[in-house]
Amino acid sequence: MKLQNHRLTFGLIIALALFPFALSWLTGEPIDSGTPKFWQGMLAQVFILAVYAVSYDLLMGYTGILSFGHALFFGAGGYTAGILLKHAAWPLWAVVLAVIVVAVILGLFIGATSLRVQGVYLTMVTLAFAQMMFVLSEATDFREWTGAEDGLQGIPVPAWLSPTQQRLMFYFVSLAFCVFSYYLVRRVTQSPTGRVFIAIRENELRARAIGYNTFLYKLLAMVASGVLAALAGMMNALWNLNANPNMLATSTTINALLMTIIGGAGTLSGPMIGAAFIHLLGYGLNTAFGPRWPLLFGLAYVGIVLFLPYGFVGAWRSLIARMKAKRA
Amino acid sequence: MPISRYREVGKICTHMTNILETVALTRDFGAFRAVDGVNLQVRQGSLHSLIGPNGAGKTTLFNCISAVLKPTAGRVRYDGRDITNMPLHRMTGLGIGRSFQITNIFNNISVIENVRLAAQARYPKQSYQFWRHADDLPEYEARAAQALAMVGLAGRERQIAALLPHGDKRKLELAILLAGDPKLLLLDEPTAGMATEQVPELMETIERIRADGNRTILLVEHNMHVVMRFSDRISVLHQGRILAEGKPDEIRSNDEVQRAYLGGGF
Ligand SMILES: Nc1ncnc2c1ncn2[C@@H]1O[C@H](COP(=O)(O)OP(=O)(O)O)[C@@H](O)[C@H]1O
Ligand SMILES: [Mg+2]
Repeated sequence: MKLQNHRLTFGLIIALALFPFALSWLTGEPIDSGTPKFWQGMLAQVFILAVYAVSYDLLMGYTGILSFGHALFFGAGGYTAGILLKHAAWPLWAVVLAVIVVAVILGLFIGATSLRVQGVYLTMVTLAFAQMMFVLSEATDFREWTGAEDGLQGIPVPAWLSPTQQRLMFYFVSLAFCVFSYYLVRRVTQSPTGRVFIAIRENELRARAIGYNTFLYKLLAMVASGVLAALAGMMNALWNLNANPNMLATSTTINALLMTIIGGAGTLSGPMIGAAFIHLLGYGLNTAFGPRWPLLFGLAYVGIVLFLPYGFVGAWRSLIARMKAKRA
Repeated sequence: MPISRYREVGKICTHMTNILETVALTRDFGAFRAVDGVNLQVRQGSLHSLIGPNGAGKTTLFNCISAVLKPTAGRVRYDGRDITNMPLHRMTGLGIGRSFQITNIFNNISVIENVRLAAQARYPKQSYQFWRHADDLPEYEARAAQALAMVGLAGRERQIAALLPHGDKRKLELAILLAGDPKLLLLDEPTAGMATEQVPELMETIERIRADGNRTILLVEHNMHVVMRFSDRISVLHQGRILAEGKPDEIRSNDEVQRAYLGGGF
């Protein structure tokens, strides 16, 4: 069972690595233009969103913390990277470090203030923080630095990673980013610490009563998921060559929630599938139906929640279990 | 006298002293005083029962002792130290284990993982090792399996806890406690909701747990036959106050207790 899972993961990674070449061969177009280039871009965005979804799954699916402020980390990563690249001309490695440091500080601060309360109060406190950042990003006082409501345009991405000039490179960097993040979070969730996260999700009072300082564990989950979300936000800004207030909007948090629930919370692979589903279905519906697509998407979402309450992965697992039971 | 001899004297002394002591412990809910100046002494190694009608304040008293609730006033002393207002997660480290009147387990994970988590909790530093695989620390799982066998749940390890029958969930509660290797167990109606014929078996398990580890047990229990048979001492709580305290015989023959609680049946 375990080996089989690994085989599936490795197979998928290899298939994704070969995908640009296969598509170029199939369409007869060069790998750095036309259809192959377009789909490399689509998938690179999926990889970035998948990391964002996984980061939310660590917080919500594993630790049971329903934060409505996750966009704050995504946006903070985007703006930190954008400002340092554009206004300070920092090298990329230093920008990555800065994004991590900013996310750790934000995670500690927001965690220390919001994790003392529970349930809907925590949700409201995190939402308030994200809204504050959203307002700040639109503030005209900092237009020079942030571009206010227009966003920070024209982020100078290093030439070797340019999403427009070096699309294939960007594709592989995004893929590596996604694989690495998945591996990291998977390890954490299977570690002694990750088991405590799950215990907190299941019954926080009991976890405390058997001796875990649950506040510290929740803080750890918040910081770790914040760092990943911020890195995903940074990648998103590099892809778009801009950072804009929309990255900090509540809809961006809800997007994480949707991807996680559609795919199956607490499964890691589920939210990644959810990210692919939302991004690709969104594209498909948009091409087919134009600007009315969110309406159709809403209907699809309601259908999934009604008929697959544990998401794609949950449905898949219960199907397997039922088939096994039938055979036995 | 060599130092070691002093230690020995000390040991003998603690043997006869109280492992747990509350001093004028009080807890209010708004204007209502649920626990009212309780002075309770629990002797090292004893099985001490706390009885009293519903609403007497037994669970609230437990909550104040085990740091689930902060007392409004009064102190809690355990093993010679003042533990009033200590955070809940420090209790296991001190050797205090607590079970709950309403089943309180990790529902959607396996039975063994429920207990393994409690075994792992005794080593907080190891629990922060986020780069190691939990399965690389097999000693916790071994300890958990041992605890499950002790309460009679061997063979149920891989089941999801929520799907256990009620009686087995109560046993699982005990196993979770046991995995933390407590010196003092606070058991709040461990037999609540169990079929009558299962009660003696569980009580015998509790007795075994006490005897094996030289542990002390403070027990809330409604079944009077069980209480009279197993207790070394009994405290009767009524409207937040200790009404009487003594050996089972003394409690049985206490008129005041008869009137307030036992209704003349014993
Ligand atoms: N959280 C609470 N808020 C308000 N009143 C409470 C609370 N917990 C218990 N009480 C009240 O305190 C009294 C004692 O309750 P409890 O300790 O549960 O009694 P017992 O365990 O002896 O049945 C009851 O009258 C109960 O209604
Ligand atoms: Mg009670």
